[in-house]
Amino acid sequence: MSNTENSMSTFEPRIVAFFCNWCTYTAADLAGTARMSYAPNVRVVRIMCSGRLDPQFVLSAFREGADGVLIGGCHPGDCHYQEGNYKALRRFTLLKQFLRAMGIEEERVRLEWIAASEGDKVQRVINEMTEAVRALGPLHLEPMSTSTVERLIPEELKADAVAQGGTHE
Amino acid sequence: MSKPKVAFYWCASCGGCEEAVVDLAEDILKVVDAVDINFWPVALDFKRTDVESLSAGELAVSFINGAIRSSEQSEMVHLLRDKSQMVVAFGSCAHLGGIPGLANTFDREALFKEAYANVPSVDNPDGTVPQTEIDVPEGKLTLPTLWDTVKTLDQVIKVEYYLPGCPPPVKLIKNAVDAIVGGQLPPVGAVLAPDIALCDECDRRETKPDKLSIKEFKRPHATDIDPEKCLLAQGLLCLGPVTRQGCGATCVKANMPCTGCMGPISRVHDYGTKALSAMASLTDTNDEQEIEDILAKIVDPVGTFYRYSLPASLLHRSYMPDAQEGNQK
Repeated sequence: MSNTENSMSTFEPRIVAFFCNWCTYTAADLAGTARMSYAPNVRVVRIMCSGRLDPQFVLSAFREGADGVLIGGCHPGDCHYQEGNYKALRRFTLLKQFLRAMGIEEERVRLEWIAASEGDKVQRVINEMTEAVRALGPLHLEPMSTSTVERLIPEELKADAVAQGGTHE
Repeated sequence: MSKPKVAFYWCASCGGCEEAVVDLAEDILKVVDAVDINFWPVALDFKRTDVESLSAGELAVSFINGAIRSSEQSEMVHLLRDKSQMVVAFGSCAHLGGIPGLANTFDREALFKEAYANVPSVDNPDGTVPQTEIDVPEGKLTLPTLWDTVKTLDQVIKVEYYLPGCPPPVKLIKNAVDAIVGGQLPPVGAVLAPDIALCDECDRRETKPDKLSIKEFKRPHATDIDPEKCLLAQGLLCLGPVTRQGCGATCVKANMPCTGCMGPISRVHDYGTKALSAMASLTDTNDEQEIEDILAKIVDPVGTFYRYSLPASLLHRSYMPDAQEGNQK
């Protein structure tokens, strides 16, 4: 890009958020009903527990165009399923080590404990993360290979996926 | 009826897969009886023109091992694809990228720099690196290009079946040949091995505790390994729970943990993150700092969890945003 400043100012990060049903998702709901405004860059996926978050989801999100991934769970000790959030923490810790080794900036993934009453924390974390990822710029992964498209994308979406850079040569 | 024609070819590989074919021992005579080998550069004197002279689809099967990382390999597998009714990706490298796939943590420039400048035994004062063409008095000479990114076979050409393993176990090769000759193949795209995790066929299965938990990840060279007990129960990073079976747990029988050469079972999209997830979950503490300390003992997460499958992974390669545009081919 010749005009870096311009391209940075028009870049809107795409962040995929995985929020647990019992705490963080409820908190996001609260932020909404309380009419708190926050960056519109986050697409929330509700999961039953942060312990359900398979690290494959994070890579899939990056692969399909996310610039950052935010994970929200209950505070330690508050998990609806006793220990799911600890499991999330263990996986996240190793996933971060792995991503660092793969050259993906640490700020692109974030794990936060947000209780059901903490609508303001949802607002703050989303705003902070949007700005952090905006500063990093977009994540340009090498285009998806056709064999990955074969394995991952439902039949009816394949043509689109290939059109968006699914070929590799 | 004439015998079906087959070809064997190798790309970025070590030769172990060819060795595995020879490991069929006297059964190789049955293979030779059943098929007509039309191309096998490692063992028999065939040339590229022998393949070129075949008509399209004349080869019943091509068994191709090795990852694809050069223009020459790409050209040859495209040629074989045109001449074959069926292509079998033979071994971990063709299936998932294999050990050569770990080159995807670098780019070509870095690889050349290491191999042709940094290695202490290299004497290369002019810093010469491989060129793709050079002018000599007799004319222009050309050489194949090395790619920045190592690819799996199915990222380059269409592949019908996969024989996993580093190298594929003899038993699976035999089953595959029988299935091909007998016309009893599973649906296209299948991996020709059982679709269940290795622990299921492991001799140490009985010693695996109901709940595995690990306080310290140990490395094989620094540990006295009990030859009977489940390796995970001993704190060794054994990838049996996430790896496809079919090898007979040969590494575990030799008292070494599974490193995952057979790849994932069919429900897993990304082997490495699945393995990472399984191992991290076993960490036996809820304390944030302690979790970090325990997991820090896993020194090389990429090489450990993607030892054979980096090119087949969702990321394919290391992220190098600063690399020259178009460099990551």
